[in-house]
Amino acid sequence: MNSSFFQVISALDALTGALFLLTALGFVATRQVLASLQLFIMQSLLLALSAGLIGIALDSIHLLAVAAITIATKTLMIPWLLRRTVGAEVYRTREIERVLNIPSSLLLAAGIIVLAYVVAYPLLGAVKVPFEQINLPLGIAAMFLGAFTIVVRREAVPQLLGLLAVENGVFFVGIAIAPELPVIAELAAAVDVAVIALVVGLLTRSIHRRVGTTAVGRLSALRER
Amino acid sequence: MLARIGYNLLQVCVVLAFAPLVEGVASRLKEILQSKRGPSIFQPYRDIWKLLHKDEIGSEYSSWIFRAAPYVAFAAPIFVALLIPVLTRYPLFFAFMGDMLGGGSILALGGFFATLAAVDTANPYGPMGASRTRMVGFLAEPVFIVVFLTVSFVAGSTIPYIVQMRWITPIANFFEPSHVLLMIAFLMLILAEDGRIPVDSPSGQFELAMIERSKSLEYSGRGAALMKWAGAMKFFVLICIFLNVLVTPWGLARGFSLGEVLLSIPLVLFKIFVFVLVLVSIESSLAKLRLFRIPEFLGAAFVTSVVAMITRLSEI
Repeated sequence: MNSSFFQVISALDALTGALFLLTALGFVATRQVLASLQLFIMQSLLLALSAGLIGIALDSIHLLAVAAITIATKTLMIPWLLRRTVGAEVYRTREIERVLNIPSSLLLAAGIIVLAYVVAYPLLGAVKVPFEQINLPLGIAAMFLGAFTIVVRREAVPQLLGLLAVENGVFFVGIAIAPELPVIAELAAAVDVAVIALVVGLLTRSIHRRVGTTAVGRLSALRER
Repeated sequence: MLARIGYNLLQVCVVLAFAPLVEGVASRLKEILQSKRGPSIFQPYRDIWKLLHKDEIGSEYSSWIFRAAPYVAFAAPIFVALLIPVLTRYPLFFAFMGDMLGGGSILALGGFFATLAAVDTANPYGPMGASRTRMVGFLAEPVFIVVFLTVSFVAGSTIPYIVQMRWITPIANFFEPSHVLLMIAFLMLILAEDGRIPVDSPSGQFELAMIERSKSLEYSGRGAALMKWAGAMKFFVLICIFLNVLVTPWGLARGFSLGEVLLSIPLVLFKIFVFVLVLVSIESSLAKLRLFRIPEFLGAAFVTSVVAMITRLSEI
């Protein structure tokens, strides 16, 4: 493995990571349910791309399998599941209710990214693995941004997508710091994610059937006597 | 020495001569994308020529600012053209007079005078457009500053000639995340700063929705011609900064011979043509944002540039 090849791969991985972070920011900035689903698909593709790149660089068949699993579950299966369970609510283009307006949540997001770097900085160099420099801080930032999305959204499906974005962030870190994780663990995680999507999707559907909306932020005002 | 001064002046002449052409090509391409025929690409030249031969009328309530503003706005891009790489890869005579921040402040001075002139006429639409331009301006300013800071941090200099080489030597630098994010942020900035579609509609005729154009509504004759020409040159200069400094510093003259410098003119124009194609397709596929959504657009640009800076800092 010559070093210039390695350099090109790591530059491409860094680029993928930057776009990954941009999609995570997109979750915070977008207004529509459908757009956040598309962002999630894009983010999963970037995750798969990063896994593939690292897999090629480290000659690791595990990571290529992770890339394949990611594409199969997150870009094909989860959108399909959401379409079956929640259906029209996802594919109708309408605006999401939110707690904060977009400029201030974007500013907070920038602060969160800085925080992610502060958190990740002491961890860098703890274990010597090739791509952690890139993937560790970016993955942690994407994780935090996913959690932030869950907080600022008042809508069931975007909250679910925020949860899945957190999961994407964890995977983005995982492929770099533990490239030799057994495929069975990755497979289990992927099935878990699909089950989460299914359960939350069904829950959303039943909420929608009873209350007539999926704006779950309003549900806190409901009280049973 | 003399050659360097000469090339520097040649650079200014190129900006003066081809800026209206770029504008004409952009509007023609946009019409073609919308399945219309569109005006000739030389229409801006004809407009300027016609306006230069007409009488100029100014309100008698306006002061000297109104009369001076077209000249200031016209001179500002010319000064910036002296500072930035338009044709050559090596620094020219005036290159060290000012850095990118200097160029930015000169461009801002032109905009400032145009804004003052819009307020000066007491036309109801002028001050409205002026205040909106200021709103876009002060939201775009932090993005500019962060982009320039990151760029100068990467290259260790704020002189554009030094910055441009950093991105392509070695070529892997081109794909650096900070570079790609900076390109995205600066592209959004060009759209905002030049009044392109997600922020403002350059061809709209409806005064209430105008941002950039309502500032020059009161001008006629020579003043209108200069304002129009100045707008085209500002666009050309911004594209040159974007393409030659930030994105693709290829196709610039390396040698000192006159032939090589002249050859770089069509190469640079070709690059600009490709960029205008991209810009026009962005413009045709988006809708204009409502006025109060503009902070979101520029906020996204700001966060992108901040992320570029952070990813850059972490690599050290």
